[in-house]
Amino acid sequence: MNKSSANEPIVQVQNMNKSFGENQVLKNINLNVHPSEVMCLIGPSGSGKSTLLRCIAFLEQYTGGTVLIEGDLIGYNDNADQRKLASTKELNRVRRNMGMVFQQFNLWPHMTALGNVTEALVRVKKLNRKHANEKGLALLNKVGLSERANHYPAQLSGGQQQRVAIARALAMEPSVLLFDEPTSALDPELVGEVLQVMKDLANDGMTMIVVTHEMGFAAQVADTVVFLDQGEILLKGSPKDVFQGPKPPRLQQFLQNYMDRNAFWE
Amino acid sequence: MLDFSTLPAALPILWSGVKMTLFLSTMAVVLGLIVGTLMCSARLSKNYPLQLFARFYITLFRGVPLLVQLMISYYCLPLIGINIPALVAATGCIGLCAGAYMAEILRGGFQSLPPGQKESALMVGLSNSHILFFIELPQVIKLTIPGLINETILLVKASSLISVVGIAELTRTAQNLAASNFQPFQFYLTAAAIYFVLNSAISVFGFWLEKRSNNRVIV
Ligand SMILES: Nc1ncnc2c1ncn2[C@@H]1O[C@H](COP(=O)(O)OP(=O)(O)OP(=O)(O)O)[C@@H](O)[C@H]1O
Ligand SMILES: [Mg+2]
Repeated sequence: MNKSSANEPIVQVQNMNKSFGENQVLKNINLNVHPSEVMCLIGPSGSGKSTLLRCIAFLEQYTGGTVLIEGDLIGYNDNADQRKLASTKELNRVRRNMGMVFQQFNLWPHMTALGNVTEALVRVKKLNRKHANEKGLALLNKVGLSERANHYPAQLSGGQQQRVAIARALAMEPSVLLFDEPTSALDPELVGEVLQVMKDLANDGMTMIVVTHEMGFAAQVADTVVFLDQGEILLKGSPKDVFQGPKPPRLQQFLQNYMDRNAFWE
Repeated sequence: MLDFSTLPAALPILWSGVKMTLFLSTMAVVLGLIVGTLMCSARLSKNYPLQLFARFYITLFRGVPLLVQLMISYYCLPLIGINIPALVAATGCIGLCAGAYMAEILRGGFQSLPPGQKESALMVGLSNSHILFFIELPQVIKLTIPGLINETILLVKASSLISVVGIAELTRTAQNLAASNFQPFQFYLTAAAIYFVLNSAISVFGFWLEKRSNNRVIV
């Protein structure tokens, strides 16, 4: 399929459902993510935020509806009334437009920071080692870690590991980056450095879908905030609409809980 | 009784037996790691027939004594018209058998890797085989060094069973020398000492490897 034109959505989720056995965890999800848009997914624990992100990346197989990345259906081939799993090759082709950053960083511990960033450049993009290293160093520089290029993950702080993971995801030049609670596994004083890198990316026009419990980040950086509850999208709108407009009771309660947890001085 | 006077003259023959034992053990470990890795990933695969095949393989090769496997390959296969040289058959037997054990040792390692590592590799487009051999296996080997070293020592000792199909490894050589010189003590004790030294060396190597990989963060 041809590349989408400037304002066509990069990610289109249409009537998407996901069940684990009998348990339906996503119900009729509809989302469009446009170029340079930052979308934040918020919602209580167990509401299906991670599952939604993982279905978009096809790390989980959605069980109904469609997910289009740059206009291409991910994970399946649809013919007439038949749906078949796509081949690994096709899946990889569609996935190539996406990068993902995980809560647990998921760096490869036997490779240095630079090794983590360059592995796919060498093996997938087939750059030669020298060229890949140059590019890898530039990316590490971008996340403020060029000094740590030769450190192993175990020698880096959580915040540094997560920044390496972001550089690794950027290496493949994805058109959209998915983040699943990128700061939830970090000590509080390390959260800021990772959020700063994400803000810089947003300012550079990167398209991002971010699952987060950082309401401050959502309020400041997001173009769209999506509130997910029990597998359904209850509200979708600008941060102003979601945080300051009229709220469904579930959102009211969710935000109240968040404030209570974060308030330390009345 | 403990007269070692005929030993020096027999040393070159013993040495050739040691070399054969080293060859068989090395082949067993190398084949075992390759077969073991493949069987382990088949065993952990979501493809049910493949998984079933791996389970069957592992149960079969762990369930039948190596000695009986060797007898079958040496005495029975020729009867049904399959003629493979004894050395090839013996190497194959011990390698396939090692593969079954190593598959299970490695499985423990694979299952202790966080699943997210594979997912992050998939998301940057690395292929399944690349993930298996370059992302997972190096970590799994590090995690399973004690088990793999243990298995290596067992394989060196198991290679003595290959003496029954007439291959002149260390045990067979000692047996022949003991018989022709009528001196069981000196040759069997010498063989025992050589096995002991070999296996001690392997176990020291294992400790060194473990220590080194702990210090260096990587294998
Ligand atoms: N692999 C799985 N098998 C079965 N059920 C699952 C699986 N993964 C998630 N679920 C279920 O799906 C629901 C949504 O889970 P999900 O992890 O997407 O929630 P979440 O919004 O990301 O929560 P959190 O904020 O705690 O990360 C939960 O009820 C969970 O138990
Ligand atoms: Mg989650």
